[in-house]
Amino acid sequence: MAGLGVVLPLLVLVAWHLLSTTGVFTPIQLPSPSKVAAAGIELMRRHELWQHVGISTQRVILGFVIGSALGLVIGALIGLSRWTRILAGPTIGAIRAVPSLAWVPLMLLWVGVGENSKVILVAIGAFFPVYTTVAGALKHVDHHLIEAARSFGIHGIRLFTTVQLPAVMPSVVSGLRLALAQAWLFLVAAELVGASMGLGFLLTDSQSNGRTDRLILAIILLAILGKITDALIGIFERWTQRRWGTAPAAS
Amino acid sequence: MSSARAPEDTRALEAEVASVRFHDVGKSFGTSSRGGTRTQVLRDVSFTVQPGEIVAVVGPSGCGKSTLLRATAGLDTATEGSVTIDGSPVRDIDPRCAVGFQEPRLLPWRSITDNVALGLPRKTPASRGRKRVAELIELVGLTPHANHRPGEVSGGMAQRAALARALARNPQVLLLDEPFGALDALTRLKMQDLLLDLHRQDPTTVLLVTHDVDEALYLSDHVIVLGRPAPGEPAGIVENIEVDLPRPRSREDSDLARMRGHLLGLLGVDTTAH
Repeated sequence: MAGLGVVLPLLVLVAWHLLSTTGVFTPIQLPSPSKVAAAGIELMRRHELWQHVGISTQRVILGFVIGSALGLVIGALIGLSRWTRILAGPTIGAIRAVPSLAWVPLMLLWVGVGENSKVILVAIGAFFPVYTTVAGALKHVDHHLIEAARSFGIHGIRLFTTVQLPAVMPSVVSGLRLALAQAWLFLVAAELVGASMGLGFLLTDSQSNGRTDRLILAIILLAILGKITDALIGIFERWTQRRWGTAPAAS
Repeated sequence: MSSARAPEDTRALEAEVASVRFHDVGKSFGTSSRGGTRTQVLRDVSFTVQPGEIVAVVGPSGCGKSTLLRATAGLDTATEGSVTIDGSPVRDIDPRCAVGFQEPRLLPWRSITDNVALGLPRKTPASRGRKRVAELIELVGLTPHANHRPGEVSGGMAQRAALARALARNPQVLLLDEPFGALDALTRLKMQDLLLDLHRQDPTTVLLVTHDVDEALYLSDHVIVLGRPAPGEPAGIVENIEVDLPRPRSREDSDLARMRGHLLGLLGVDTTAH
């Protein structure tokens, strides 16, 4: 049954082929699938494709790991302690209210166009979804369970790992999902503005050179990479469900 | 308040059973300073639970029954008076107590076994802990479900697991806050018998808060009846009824029936209407 998911992409491919070869669109507007494939092979021969894909993936993974780890820690501090919530909650909320792409010019100014500015931007993008979901979910952990655990002398970090963390695990995972999508979004934004490599650079570069075939190639690659990394989160999610899920073990 | 039994002869060997003493316990809510509104719900409650006794606390909703129990566990504090276990006051979460709540409050992602193990005292060696948990699960009749998660068993089974978790703590005082209140009538009767069974094998001191007058009379040595002298006034002890009948008791016992009428009368239920 899972194979049915392939039907729609195949139909799109056929429609794309027909639209591009029957002259509905000009080749500049919409090159045929074979042209796009050829552009991919050409870039591969010149060893540029892997460079673009590699550097983009590296930026996303680094930024995602840093941003979501910070989101988890700071989200836990805000969600668990009333004092940190009162002290830092409004400030973080205000920073969050800034449309995140507004940081791009400042990053370029402060950190320059190097790798660091891109990884930092991706990390900012990944931070907030994790932070928000973790802080919110921790506030809503069943007080009855916490009290019961406390009545058995469980407190502090042991209370966190025994009751609170497992209870918010589903939220953590959905936060990570959102964070990953945000990470790719921010990557492209960062690479559009200032980069000499990466898929975002490939997009702008192709646009200015009129290479629509490469442009479409970059979009397809982003879709594939996004899907693969999301599938990795899916594997992690299933692991947490087996470990901490409330559903029967055989699901 | 409580009758002075002579527990020494039977309990001399089992030192791990404690007495609980409530001394002029009161509870108020709200701000105390600068004329803020302060509501007193409970006042001047004094009674003693002797080692190994089962004492039930009954009374109308909101009269502070649970406050007494929670103050004993260290989950809550009395605003006046003191609660002492074997003479030493309760300050924080007390390691001598274990609590059974109205809801099972099991961690839904852990198996029954792992939930019961949560009750074990902190420094229990792993192998001894495993053995004890298996014993307790056997004792409450959950061995076939030991590896199931709480969501996969019935409410009665979950409540039995919660009872086993409380017993895993090896408590000197077992505190039960309407433990069978959410169960269906038949399961409730079975749970009461299970509790008596466990108590016969290991006579821990039990303090039981309940809504159920029959339950209180069937299980306990004393029934503490809380009530308000007048509407709006803080509640206090209306009567301390001694149930001096050997266990196991018959639920149809005529003495129990008479006490039941009296108790319901104290709680404001007219039993002569039909």
